[in-house]
Amino acid sequence: MRFFFASMTRDLRVHFRRPSEVLNPLVFFAVVISLFPLGIGPSPDQLSLVAPGIVWVAALLATLMSMDLLFRSDFDDGSLEQVVLSGQSLMVLTLAKVFAHWLIAGLPLVVLMPIVGLVLFLEVDGIWTLALSLLLVSPTLSLVGSIGAALTVGLPRGGLLVTILILPLYVPVLILATAMVQAALSGSDVSGYIYWLLAVLLLSLALAPLATSAALHLSVDE
Amino acid sequence: MLRVKELSCTRDQRPLFSSLSFSVASGELLQVVGANGSGKSTLLRCLVGLYTGYEGDVDWQLNEAPLYLGHKAGVKSSLSVLENLQWLAGLRNVSLDSELLGETLSKLRLEGYEDVPCGRLSEGQRKRVALSQFLLCPNACWVMDEPLSAIDDRGLEFLTARMSEHLDDGGSIILSSHQSVPVDRPLSTVSLG
Repeated sequence: MRFFFASMTRDLRVHFRRPSEVLNPLVFFAVVISLFPLGIGPSPDQLSLVAPGIVWVAALLATLMSMDLLFRSDFDDGSLEQVVLSGQSLMVLTLAKVFAHWLIAGLPLVVLMPIVGLVLFLEVDGIWTLALSLLLVSPTLSLVGSIGAALTVGLPRGGLLVTILILPLYVPVLILATAMVQAALSGSDVSGYIYWLLAVLLLSLALAPLATSAALHLSVDE
Repeated sequence: MLRVKELSCTRDQRPLFSSLSFSVASGELLQVVGANGSGKSTLLRCLVGLYTGYEGDVDWQLNEAPLYLGHKAGVKSSLSVLENLQWLAGLRNVSLDSELLGETLSKLRLEGYEDVPCGRLSEGQRKRVALSQFLLCPNACWVMDEPLSAIDDRGLEFLTARMSEHLDDGGSIILSSHQSVPVDRPLSTVSLG
């Protein structure tokens, strides 16, 4: 537990000292979304129809952009080697790093959501559901993304590879999350979707650290 | 402390070393020598378990993993000297004693740099930060890859003195170096290439 908090505060410190790396994906998210009203016209009907899909795709891409923050610098400067050597649990390290990553890359997306929703003329109900679904799904995105980040950390240009490896794994949550928002907009009950998203989150919380720590071992072994 | 039997390693179809057998007892200093690319770093990585693409036996009789300094110093450039050392010590479950910390930092002439991000330090100073963990964390075995490069004469003097002390205390050191190591203790050598 002490190691968990030590790794988490260390990561948060590192992130806060390099704000540009953290802000880039968020700015990317906001810019992509603000391009759509320019592209398909400012008609509220059209925009609110496609809004959930736009927001989700932008959120997925922004998360993938920030995935490099997870292990890259620790791999490059040898910190990862020292953790592997010290015998501390890589699963605990992964959980701590993913949690720190979610705090700086996932949570801000949720906070940005009301503004983004207004830009896209979403109804208030839709905005809240969208924010809720993002809150439930963003930890899953970070957890699953950590597997790809750990696998490609030893490669010089791993960014694109992570995208190809991980985006297909995001499809189920994307379907569930957009369906949840559509259901909320049409006035139906969304609790079923919430349970599903929670189930996926718990599943990835249980399995992703296993896969990530194995991948980290592989990446360091060279 | 360490017994190595019939260790062989091949990388990129090039045999680096084969059937290497040696042992390191407590109080012993082992120097790995060899030309560039002869596999010194790979050998050290095999020994500490960071590289597993070898054949043969590496048998440690130790309660804890040895301390290791590789080519990558393990020092994070956006964190300060103190934060880095706290992290490295925390990894080994050592809580830093402020007296020992102050003494080590002053001996390594890092005093006054405690709160400076390591990215702003010179190469040699960063190496000193990485070397501080050997002085702060009690550990029976030190494995060091080129510990003396980028270190100036005064630092070298201090380091070799601490190495001798460590050996006298029954610890052992495995290091790779192109220079001769000016430590006045029994020295065994493994030559590669």
